[in-house]
Amino acid sequence: MEQFLLHLPLVFDWMNLLALLAGTVGGLFFGAMPGLSPTMAVALLVPITFYMPPATSLILLGAVYTSAVAGGSISAILLSIPGAPASIATLFDGHTMAKQGRAQEALYTTFVSSFIGGVFGVMVMILFSPPMAEFAMRFGPSELFWTAIFGITVITGLSSGAVLKGLFGGALGVLLSTVGYSTLTGEPRFVVHDALASGITMVPALIGFFAVPQIIDLMENSHILLEKLTFKPEKGMLRKVVMAHRKYLRTLAMGCGLGTLIGVVPGAGGNVAGIMVYDQARKLDKHPERFGTGDPEGVCASECANNATVAPAIIPLLTLSIPGSPTAAVLLGGLLIHGLFPGPDLFTEKAEVTYTFIAGLFLAQFTMLIFGLLASRYSHLVANAPNYMMFAAVMILCVFGSYCVQNSYEDVLVMFTLGVLMFVMGKFGFPSAPIVLGLILGPIAEENFLRGEMIAETNVGVFNYFFTGTLNIVLIALCVLSLAWGLYSEVKFARKMKAQAAAQAGE
Amino acid sequence: MRKFLAGIMCCSLLLCAAVAQARSAADSYPDAPLTLVVVYTPGGATDLQARISAIKAQDPKYFGQPMVILNKPGAGGMSGWNWFMDRGSKDGLTITAYNMPHFIAQSIVNKTRYNINTFEPLGNWGADPAVLCVAKDSKFKSVDDLVKFARENPGKLTINGAGLYVGHHIATLQLQKAAGLKVTYIPEKGGTDALQSVLSGKVLAGFNNLADVYRSQDRLTILAVADVKRHEFLPDVPTFRELGIDIDDASVNFRGYAMPKGVDPAIVEKAAKILPAMFNDPEVVKRMRESGSPMLVMDREQVKKMFVEKQKTLEALLKDLRND
Repeated sequence: MEQFLLHLPLVFDWMNLLALLAGTVGGLFFGAMPGLSPTMAVALLVPITFYMPPATSLILLGAVYTSAVAGGSISAILLSIPGAPASIATLFDGHTMAKQGRAQEALYTTFVSSFIGGVFGVMVMILFSPPMAEFAMRFGPSELFWTAIFGITVITGLSSGAVLKGLFGGALGVLLSTVGYSTLTGEPRFVVHDALASGITMVPALIGFFAVPQIIDLMENSHILLEKLTFKPEKGMLRKVVMAHRKYLRTLAMGCGLGTLIGVVPGAGGNVAGIMVYDQARKLDKHPERFGTGDPEGVCASECANNATVAPAIIPLLTLSIPGSPTAAVLLGGLLIHGLFPGPDLFTEKAEVTYTFIAGLFLAQFTMLIFGLLASRYSHLVANAPNYMMFAAVMILCVFGSYCVQNSYEDVLVMFTLGVLMFVMGKFGFPSAPIVLGLILGPIAEENFLRGEMIAETNVGVFNYFFTGTLNIVLIALCVLSLAWGLYSEVKFARKMKAQAAAQAGE
Repeated sequence: MRKFLAGIMCCSLLLCAAVAQARSAADSYPDAPLTLVVVYTPGGATDLQARISAIKAQDPKYFGQPMVILNKPGAGGMSGWNWFMDRGSKDGLTITAYNMPHFIAQSIVNKTRYNINTFEPLGNWGADPAVLCVAKDSKFKSVDDLVKFARENPGKLTINGAGLYVGHHIATLQLQKAAGLKVTYIPEKGGTDALQSVLSGKVLAGFNNLADVYRSQDRLTILAVADVKRHEFLPDVPTFRELGIDIDDASVNFRGYAMPKGVDPAIVEKAAKILPAMFNDPEVVKRMRESGSPMLVMDREQVKKMFVEKQKTLEALLKDLRND
């Protein structure tokens, strides 16, 4: 902590400050463009930092990382295109709010919640790096397997009223995730065309599942000339949003806590932190049905958790050279080209650079908040665009976003195929989130199960390997609780619907 | 008639252009920016080193044209290299960064559209040997301890690495063969994931990149290097051969540039002449050293010879693992 305060002023060197501002603006832009994920933003910048002093370049990369994660929700809210898996849960309430003309409120909530989550993450990084790193190291194949299963139990909560359809979607997602060469056995699975050799890429799938059905809907209505939409930026919105956050204490606490824990564990899928917290916030709420209908608290849950994963993902990177997320893995490259080798040296010999970086990451939260709020003021320009312009623009962004992930035309085809499939399934009442959840968590669960099985066979046996140990038992308990809670509320929901139907029939 | 004449004119013009281009193709090469196809994700070791290797391309001493990195990740590199062979331009402007032994092993095990005969190697910039490491607090203190354990408990020794058919996998196969052992190889998602499992004791030992392990020496013990000679970064660590286990450099991760077969040989020769000098540029060498990337510059002839040798070794090792 003293080290942190000692080096805080170094950030205010003009070069560093410039890097901070440029990184924030660039990061927001990158995040908002579909397909340009935080990982890619950092990766593209790493070579540019060749010629900068180490501290400046790390501040730039840290600022880009922070803002790109928050910026991803701009396109999720305004266009219903999740730029990265992290923004899926933001879309549920955020895009609904935007459709109701409350885009500005949704975006303000996004940035305020992101700020809170981000600051919490950096504080944890400053105060508890060694014990957090220790904690992260305890996650092996069995623990990661259970974490993924815990994530999958979220499906029961995400599809209230349609648990069977949700579970079917989840299973379909897991099935889709097995396409491609297996990383553990090397066999090709469902590779009916070369384009599928590397499996279904996440971002094109996300765009297909969430944005394409939206486009088709927009096209359907494009001939209808709606009354001119005139959303104006509202005055006093910031005050309103900040005041509202005082009521979200429990959601914020959960977002910060769970987000930090998921962020610090390498390979646990920090991507789903938002969706997991969203689900838990909903399960613990007295009125769970308000989530998904355009409630700012839903946006808050997702965004707070997403940004709380950022700094913790860097903890195992700095202390153990093990990146906690794909973006942190790219950041490792940024450290290495300046001869900064992660490990204890980073906090002693290279303390100046390291702590300037951490201080920069801290200040990046503030610049992210300021620029994010500024950008949100212009959101009405997007919200006022008529449908026939919107669907064309969204379609271009979808193609662009899918293509540039791997510079691959096949990904665009995959995006459209999955999108049309989702449109049809949507008509039959299948929600898209469970499919995506299956797609993200399927491989984590599968790979870690197989890996755990291989290890277990050499020592304690499969049952002992997966069902003993404190951490395993805690995680299993969480899975069971989450599942039971989901089923319980489903039964309650069904009863309520039945009672309502009966009441209506009686009238 | 007028149309016919116009047609002839057009054809002859095209012909002239084609002839002119054919004659000057090698002389003017490269007349446009080059693309370097990296088949791994941005930020990984290969990507980082490829980017460093290409920073001086624009210098008139070398190509005089910028080299743009194009990432085509997927299926351990197979997607990118297949794409490169199928659709990469054959004018010498599309180059790929190859990873040995990965691409050779993949071409043996799977049906790929590339193998040692479809790549025209241009030059090699790096060589990252696999090293065998255990956690600092491990009960194993030497390769002898490990071998003894594996002999007494067949199949109980777990060794991990960055995936299937990568250098680490090859090194494990070689260790099994050379020492007559049976071990369980655990493929992980990537090099750092593998390192984590070793550090936390989830697996007993791991083969990993020398560069990555070198940076984590405070928490890992490096037992041996899978190469024919000791490495300058780790002068105290013996090779397997010194310990009486016959493992050669088949698992060393060689990285370099290659063009697809079908490019004008004059262009291949021209690029092959430029590359070793470009890799040895002081700026490139300095950056590589700072990032802890071990270098080994080789010219086209040396790489060609190496491809053939490695093909033989790997075929023998992998003949039981073929996916047909």
